[in-house]
Amino acid sequence: MSIVSRIERLGAYVIDGLAALGDFMIFLAASLFYALQPPYKMRLLIRQIRSIGAESFFLVSLIGLFTGMVLGLQGYNTLSRFGSEGALGTVVALVLVRELGPVLAALMIAARAGSAMAAELGSMQATEQIDALSVMAINPVQYLVSPRVLAGIISFPLLTGLFDVIGIWGGWAAGVGLMGAPNGPFFNGIAQNMSGHDIATGIYKALVFGLVVMWVCCYKGYHAERMATGVSRATTEAVVLSSVLILVWDYFLTSILL
Amino acid sequence: MNQNSDRNGAAIMVRDLRRRFGRQQVLDGVNLECPRGQITTIVGPSGCGKTVLLKHLNLLLRPDSGTVVIDGVEVTAMRSRAQNQMREKFGMLFQAGALFDSMSVFDNVAFPLVELTQLSREEIAARVEETLKAVGLHGMERKFPSEMSGGMQKRAALARALIRRPKILMLDEPTTGLDPTRTHQIHELVRHTQQQFDLTAVMVSHDVPAVFEFSDRIAFMHQGKMALNGTVAEVMAAQHENFTLFLQGRASGLDEPSAAAAR
Repeated sequence: MSIVSRIERLGAYVIDGLAALGDFMIFLAASLFYALQPPYKMRLLIRQIRSIGAESFFLVSLIGLFTGMVLGLQGYNTLSRFGSEGALGTVVALVLVRELGPVLAALMIAARAGSAMAAELGSMQATEQIDALSVMAINPVQYLVSPRVLAGIISFPLLTGLFDVIGIWGGWAAGVGLMGAPNGPFFNGIAQNMSGHDIATGIYKALVFGLVVMWVCCYKGYHAERMATGVSRATTEAVVLSSVLILVWDYFLTSILL
Repeated sequence: MNQNSDRNGAAIMVRDLRRRFGRQQVLDGVNLECPRGQITTIVGPSGCGKTVLLKHLNLLLRPDSGTVVIDGVEVTAMRSRAQNQMREKFGMLFQAGALFDSMSVFDNVAFPLVELTQLSREEIAARVEETLKAVGLHGMERKFPSEMSGGMQKRAALARALIRRPKILMLDEPTTGLDPTRTHQIHELVRHTQQQFDLTAVMVSHDVPAVFEFSDRIAFMHQGKMALNGTVAEVMAAQHENFTLFLQGRASGLDEPSAAAAR
């Protein structure tokens, strides 16, 4: 008996897991499908770009600046052991544009805007506001989720670009300004060694992260349980899962795009 | 039943509705008729499936089997686009109001018109003002839900439910969390608006027996079935054992062998 019931429980667990995964995929498909269906709500999209993009501006700039500065310090320290301080600009720029820019910007936006989004949708679910939309014949996925996913896809590459540029200036300030690496080769190296492919890699990553973060955060908020702990759990899961997925996807994208 | 008798008689007709969640048979063959232009109040112990039933009437859930006929149209098998057209016929007042807390009262009440109609700004403003007056919230347009008392939020939510001039109004425990005076006021308001707008109303309520005074018909739900269904006088005269226990507040006999545990 106990073996049968254990197998039953395992089976139920697997079925529940698969059903949840299916829900998760359908949610993404629906949010993209409804993004392309009329009525188009530019007002909602712009409001979301403001809350995801514009309001993350300061945070992303700050993190970009310090990341660049630390790269400047560490890069100078390492490169000077080989007597190749001239390569500092190339190193800082490539590391930022290909890797740290998209990943760190995405992590910061997930922590700031993604958590807020999961909490907002979660409390809307808990107070039946999402049901109210359905009953008013307004598709809640189209009204709430599609603009957020689109805004993520638009905002992430822009913020990543901002992060990269400020990071490179931070690297210059720390490496050249403080440590005394040569000024000319810093920018010359970037201009000579950075290819369009490097920049494209960073943009592809930012696009994918934008989609993944908004998808996960909206899904978790939208499916929050209707109780006090439901919203907090949804928020935590949204941030943790999007951070994990950012890093996992980063590996796979890097291996494809390398 | 042919279509014609539906049109003259029941606005909402539910036949043998069944719905199971996991192992729990929440709706176990529910039958219900809500005649046009009357208030039908669904009462019953907590967890008997009242709210789930209401969610089948407003098309938020689909049943496992059974039919729901609204205004002579079978709605359970409809595709979602057709369901959305059906939804224009009814307004819904949720338990906690479900007002959008990022919007002012005006924007909340105007929301369905702004999103779903082509009315001009002036027409919308006039309609909102008229509807807010009807629920006693005149002059509160600029307030936010967080700045209002529970009773006022319910009124605002009622105004939003009425803004598109529906034929059918559904109310999910409209008086939860209100003191007896406010409860009485909301009941009177529901009765008043029902008459003013000539609505068919379906209300889920906990306020027994206070709500009977404001209802035309009572449906008593018990263990996923409709145990009683009739006019207030009929139901009170029925001497149904579980209903009597329920009214006396002695729900022990009702709750314990719940539908789930019995299976």
